[in-house]
Amino acid sequence: MDYRSPGSVKEAVELLTAHNGAAHLLAGGTDLLVKLRAGFVTPGVIVDLKAIPQLRCIESEAGSFRIGAATSCAELGEHTALVAAWPGVVEALHLIGSTQIQGRATPGGNLCNASPAADSVPAMIAAGAICEVAGPAGEREVSVENIVTGPGRTSLARGEFVVVFRLPKPRARSGDAYLRLIPRTEMDIAVVGVGVALTLDEKGVCTHARIGLGAVAPTPLLVADGAAALIGTRVDEKALDALAAATSAACKPIDDKRGTVPYRIKVAGVLARRAARIALERAKGR
Amino acid sequence: MAKHHVTATINGDPAEFLCAPEQTLLDVLRDVLYLTGSKEGCGSGDCGACSVILDGRLVCSCLVLGVEAEGRSVETIEGMASGDALHPLQQKFLEHAALQCGVCTPGFLVAAKALLERKPDPTETEVRYWLAGNLCRCTGYDKIVRAVLDAAGAMRGN
Repeated sequence: MDYRSPGSVKEAVELLTAHNGAAHLLAGGTDLLVKLRAGFVTPGVIVDLKAIPQLRCIESEAGSFRIGAATSCAELGEHTALVAAWPGVVEALHLIGSTQIQGRATPGGNLCNASPAADSVPAMIAAGAICEVAGPAGEREVSVENIVTGPGRTSLARGEFVVVFRLPKPRARSGDAYLRLIPRTEMDIAVVGVGVALTLDEKGVCTHARIGLGAVAPTPLLVADGAAALIGTRVDEKALDALAAATSAACKPIDDKRGTVPYRIKVAGVLARRAARIALERAKGR
Repeated sequence: MAKHHVTATINGDPAEFLCAPEQTLLDVLRDVLYLTGSKEGCGSGDCGACSVILDGRLVCSCLVLGVEAEGRSVETIEGMASGDALHPLQQKFLEHAALQCGVCTPGFLVAAKALLERKPDPTETEVRYWLAGNLCRCTGYDKIVRAVLDAAGAMRGN
């Protein structure tokens, strides 16, 4: 096993290509080091992405934020402009593990580890995040909801990795929120997680909405029917009922020790309603 | 595969060590540098007994590779007291009997130090959330939280 720390995207792609599947990517290491220790993975080479400047940045451009995929959650949570623009996304990132984990864990790792219950992913889906992906065949853009294809599996080809998450600057009268259910106060894996982002017009009618749903299917989901339930309404009780029903209907959960199928389906609707209320209040506030 | 030669700053002093690519920073601290204050509780980032401060960030050293310390600053429990003078947090942990077996204690102290450096006057709730990644199976946390709050007050000069 070797360790390499390339200084550029190009160098990283070359390393991954040269090692043809034997390389494992290291960002925050909060998943990889656990798998290494358990013997689940035996990389030929560990490619640490954190020395690549583009993967360690938070940049505010005219129309968007660019978030380096290997930036730590702690750094993202300290970025005032990002917190103001996308509080739901930052809250979701902040729910990943303890203070110690926050110092290491990254949005790129949370997405590409491909857990169905990854907290940041539904919030990123709701926010409409785009992943800029680099690889042997060049660069391409992928909507965040199209990265995870199943537990532990992604649509990234061999040698590809996420460089940057691009989040649009929110339009006027927009708000987002992420809520998850865990049976404890802290330090647990989502039983259900729901992200909501919405935009109102000057009369308070919803013109845009996106709903992200986690931990209730093999992949995080974009719930188009949930968004449709809000668009054209004032996000009143009737619209929230329709949102809850659409969100519950989108669930394809498993039964396990953390929640039964009917419980998860019910809770998904409840959380969607509550998250939409928070997003609505935030949208009204600006 | 050859070992990597790493140069870092540990508790303010320059340090050099050799480590295998897969060796964790915790293993390097304990088995190469013989700084055995950092403990291995779980080895998976759940318990916080191996907490260190890496370039100003609180992290679990079991989830950091030793090679990642290249050019960086690491603060461990060994750097907390000044000679024979205990850090106020260490003093308050003793006064409040905020430990029993002691395995979690270095991690709690390092984590609490990182908190008070950011937030000299935390609320009890902030202390409890900040320390949620440190597990103690003996004291039940209450004495630890009281010791941290008392130390914060002492460090502010109250």
